[in-house]
Amino acid sequence: MALTREQMAQRVARELQDGFYVNLGIGIPTLVANYVPEGMDVMLQSENGLLGMGRFPTEEEVDPDMINAGKQTVTARPGAAIFSSAESFAMIRGGHVDLTVLGAFEVDQQGNIASWMVPGKLIKGMGGAMDLVAGADNIIVTMTHASKHGESKLLSECTLPLTGAGCIKRVLTDLAYLEIEDGAFILKERAPGVSVEEIAEKTAGRLIVPDEVPEMTFD
Amino acid sequence: MAGFDKRVYSYEDAMAGIESGMTVIAGGFGLCGIPENLIDEIKRRGVRDLTVVSNNCGVDGFGLGVLLEDRQIKKILASYVGENALFERQMLDGEIEVVLTPQGTLAEKMRAGGAGIPAFYTATGYGTPVGEGKEVREFNGRPHILEEAITGDFAIVKGWKADRYGNVVYRHTAQNFNPVAATAGRITVVEVEEIVEPGELDPSQIHTPGIYVDRIIQGSFEKRIEKRTVRD
Repeated sequence: MALTREQMAQRVARELQDGFYVNLGIGIPTLVANYVPEGMDVMLQSENGLLGMGRFPTEEEVDPDMINAGKQTVTARPGAAIFSSAESFAMIRGGHVDLTVLGAFEVDQQGNIASWMVPGKLIKGMGGAMDLVAGADNIIVTMTHASKHGESKLLSECTLPLTGAGCIKRVLTDLAYLEIEDGAFILKERAPGVSVEEIAEKTAGRLIVPDEVPEMTFD
Repeated sequence: MAGFDKRVYSYEDAMAGIESGMTVIAGGFGLCGIPENLIDEIKRRGVRDLTVVSNNCGVDGFGLGVLLEDRQIKKILASYVGENALFERQMLDGEIEVVLTPQGTLAEKMRAGGAGIPAFYTATGYGTPVGEGKEVREFNGRPHILEEAITGDFAIVKGWKADRYGNVVYRHTAQNFNPVAATAGRITVVEVEEIVEPGELDPSQIHTPGIYVDRIIQGSFEKRIEKRTVRD
């Protein structure tokens, strides 16, 4: 079975470490915040200028001056800091964020990522995604392995305009967890009940399959 | 406006001198911390062919979106321009030139502009459409692109509190682009919720020192919420 969005978030959450500063993109990455392991403290960075994003507010706590990068109303947790956009991207570009999780349309075996623009369709902008992929060392891309029409999103070369070149090393799809090294996807883990053959069939880029490919387990 | 007293008492005075064809840098992120009334004054004056530098372009009928109604914006530099039907139509019709700029690059362009740094190298955008046609130089084995600073004829900024010297503090995430925008205007106009007596703001807590600010006006704000999200 392919992973659900929640299981994908759960799997990504296993990459968190106590004391990590983490930037979570919109969509599945946002859900990762729900699976921070008990007893572990992580600080969420929101690129509009908030380090230490808290829960969504109650009706009474809603404050138009307190939003996240998705423009949703949020709260700041104890220990939070608020700063300007220049400061926010200084910490992103300076490599101070420990983990970035974001979605994508395509990733290729060279570590290129395309996530912001489909030519011919309406282009809304890259927001902070280009800064995040260029500035972070530790990035996990979350996306479905193939499109609704069955076309692979793990390619030998991205077809869409790039968000960043050569910056992606780890990808979690609904079928597998893979790492990118020396121009190939290395299959590290597979979703429960998903065969290596199915993953290979849905991976257009070069795929290296080690002897052992463990199945992910979920509670 | 004698000496260091930067207060003005009408929006007409606040935006005095703005003309068609000028570049306006605006603070704000989405609809959070936007200079609502200064934007409305630009609309009222009917100046045209503006180049606007702002992370976003408001929504239909609010924020910078109101300047689209009479086609006052010729060109915009922004990182994200969704959620605005009129904007989309003008963009698709080629009525408005859009230079999509990575958010951090946009902030740094303003910061550099205000700090007298004409350009800077960044890895952001290399190998993407953003990097096309830009000078590339390698540092530490990694290619970077040259990005130029931005300054504006006007910077329009939304603060929380200010004193008459133009020292400003921002509230929560309504800070966003405002402090960098404030540094990058030839004329910087800040509208705030409250003007306080000198000495009431702690000097150590000032976000924007008054040296960057030319005019201060106290206004009232709608503070529209774009995506009200609450927990159960």
